[in-house]
Amino acid sequence: MSAERIYIYKRYERFWHWSQALLIIGMMITGFEVHGSYTLLGFESAVRLHTLAAWTLLTLWAFTIFWQFTTGEWRQYIPSLKNVLAMVNYYLIGIFRDAPHPFRKTVVQKHNPLQRLAYLALLAVISPLIWVSGLFYLFYGDWQRLGIDAYLNLEWVAVAHTLGAFLITAFFFIHVYLTTTGHTVFAHIKAMITGWEEVDGTQHKP
Amino acid sequence: MQAHVPLFAGLCLSFCVAIASAADAPPPALAAKAASHSTTDHSQLEALKGPFKTGPEVTKACLSCHNMAGHQVMKSVHWTWEAPSKTDGKLLGKKWAANNFCGSPLSNEARCTSCHAGYGWHDKSFDFADQDNVDCLACHDNTGSYRKFSTDAGHPLYADREFEPMEGPPGKKLFKAPDLTRIAQHVGRPGRDNCGNCHFNGGGGDAVKHGDLDSSLKNPPRDVDVHMARDGANMVCADCHTFNAHQPSGSRYAVTARDTHGLDLPKDDHNRATCESCHGLTPHRQAKINHHAGKVACQTCHIPEFARGGVATKMRWDWSTAGKRDADGKPLFVKDEHGHLKYSAAKGDFAYGENVRPEYKWYNGSVSQVTITDKLAGHRAADGVLELNRVDGSAADPNARIWPFKVMRGKQAYDPVNDTLVVNHVFGDDDTALWKNYDFAKSIQAGMDYAGLPYSGKFDFIETRMNWFITHMVAPKEKAVPCAECHTRGNDGRLAVITDLYLPGRDRNAWVDLFGSLAIAGAIGGGLVHGLVRILTRRKENAQ
Repeated sequence: MSAERIYIYKRYERFWHWSQALLIIGMMITGFEVHGSYTLLGFESAVRLHTLAAWTLLTLWAFTIFWQFTTGEWRQYIPSLKNVLAMVNYYLIGIFRDAPHPFRKTVVQKHNPLQRLAYLALLAVISPLIWVSGLFYLFYGDWQRLGIDAYLNLEWVAVAHTLGAFLITAFFFIHVYLTTTGHTVFAHIKAMITGWEEVDGTQHKP
Repeated sequence: MQAHVPLFAGLCLSFCVAIASAADAPPPALAAKAASHSTTDHSQLEALKGPFKTGPEVTKACLSCHNMAGHQVMKSVHWTWEAPSKTDGKLLGKKWAANNFCGSPLSNEARCTSCHAGYGWHDKSFDFADQDNVDCLACHDNTGSYRKFSTDAGHPLYADREFEPMEGPPGKKLFKAPDLTRIAQHVGRPGRDNCGNCHFNGGGGDAVKHGDLDSSLKNPPRDVDVHMARDGANMVCADCHTFNAHQPSGSRYAVTARDTHGLDLPKDDHNRATCESCHGLTPHRQAKINHHAGKVACQTCHIPEFARGGVATKMRWDWSTAGKRDADGKPLFVKDEHGHLKYSAAKGDFAYGENVRPEYKWYNGSVSQVTITDKLAGHRAADGVLELNRVDGSAADPNARIWPFKVMRGKQAYDPVNDTLVVNHVFGDDDTALWKNYDFAKSIQAGMDYAGLPYSGKFDFIETRMNWFITHMVAPKEKAVPCAECHTRGNDGRLAVITDLYLPGRDRNAWVDLFGSLAIAGAIGGGLVHGLVRILTRRKENAQ
């Protein structure tokens, strides 16, 4: 099995990924404390850190969106239904039989079709749910001044935000588990740290 | 060169010490509020040479210069003891509003009016139009020695007197007559004592009534009252309760439950009896905390407990047990281990509280106050307790905020046939007064006859509740109520009873939580199972 090393995650991308990971983990921990699920840092600190992390992440996203469009990397997120079934088949059956991975990462196509669908769901459903509800939640005190208090209800905003939080937390655990499905358990994580991914050279070329 | 190093270090050290000691030093007290800034030295005035033998003589002398003052005072609630309700126009004030302390001043005037801003309100014949009856000294004495005597209808003592207080230690005590001439020559703006002599003793004694007003405020530590502490803002009552033509601002009968005006500037109405009058509408650095002020009164976070000054306040007063006598047939008075009277033959059973966490209620400034003439039917709460002054408001009410209250509980006499409260004649040197004869049948009959109110002749006792909002004894900011004392799922959360809003950290949607927990459990469990099968199948393959 000949291995080929490709530089797949650029420096900014890795910085983005890990700082975003840190912020999201922080927001999950503080967010569920604000929700009342447990006491860890204290309600006040939890709220403060959660809010700070939210603004930091929004800033990071502003840079990242700029980066995605200037580098053309945004195309990585265009969904495709092609080979989705092959991916499902791999995760359900092939992976247990040591079958070859049906998708070969390249610099221009670093996400497998299932990943693309998952990220699309994240971007199109979970993210808006969290951000819209979160910003309304954050600016609850301004509803009256903005004249929107008649149309909104804190309970529904908070419940929507909580729902989003549960969904992204579930996503987080699945995401972390799937990083272990590379040709070695830590191969994907190593790639996200160094930028270099070892790609199996014997597989079919794209 | 070497010698410079320790020299330099020494300089740094002394600089640091200087900074540190500067930080430790209390801020300079505000300028003394006494007569020092006045343009008049009253002791030099011809009109105040005296000698003065009575209070009204002093008043005449005051009015000879301050010729509008008497008529201004006579319009104020300190004089009329009447205030029309903001909501229904009903006449309230001490004369009409019922409470669960001593009850009505009617038929008990000589005792109650020791806190009237006047002289001689012995009975219904008192002339409210005679400006010579106004008591200037109660509010303007700057010597701290003026006292209205407790049983002389607002007069101070004019000669020393031996007197045995009803609930004090047995034996007569000598009470000195104040030197009216000296006091008249040393008058000025009201200080804490002037207000406190009455307001700290509301309900018949120190701290009894309010819970946030007691003698500890004469010189409180910063923790007890950040505004009045000498090392705090060193303010006096009238700095917030600003007076305009002798009309005090800030009254239980005219409450601003939500101040939307903010800072009280010179162009405004000179009413500083709200926090916002001085602190503005956005006093916190964090926007999130400023936002709370839309729904939560400042007092709710900044007064974590009341009765914090070491003086206990009455929390319960049960009149129904009054009248017990000891083995010798003498009226019974029992003190608890802290020296508080817990049973009085004259008044019944008491319970006290110190450092009490307030109860929280929505409040929009409107109160349904029971008066001594009202039918009680509409004022009973769901639990059957008579709500003497139900406060109104809800989460949906834009004018309401969550306020802290001392809830005074009691059991007091009422007329079960007419369904009204009763006037109880407690004080007087006659054979009907409760505090002389310990007989409710006589004292109530006498009180109702005096008041001219319908009375069936039957009385019973009814459980009552009364709300006293808490607004004094503001703690330093570092002692404000921490967020988590409200934002908690615990049953002991301060706002546990406020259920008509979504409170983050307390409230949740059970279905969303269930679905979400299952989703997370599924994600973790799915990964674990999938990973386990991977390990098992690989092993099998490796074994083959």
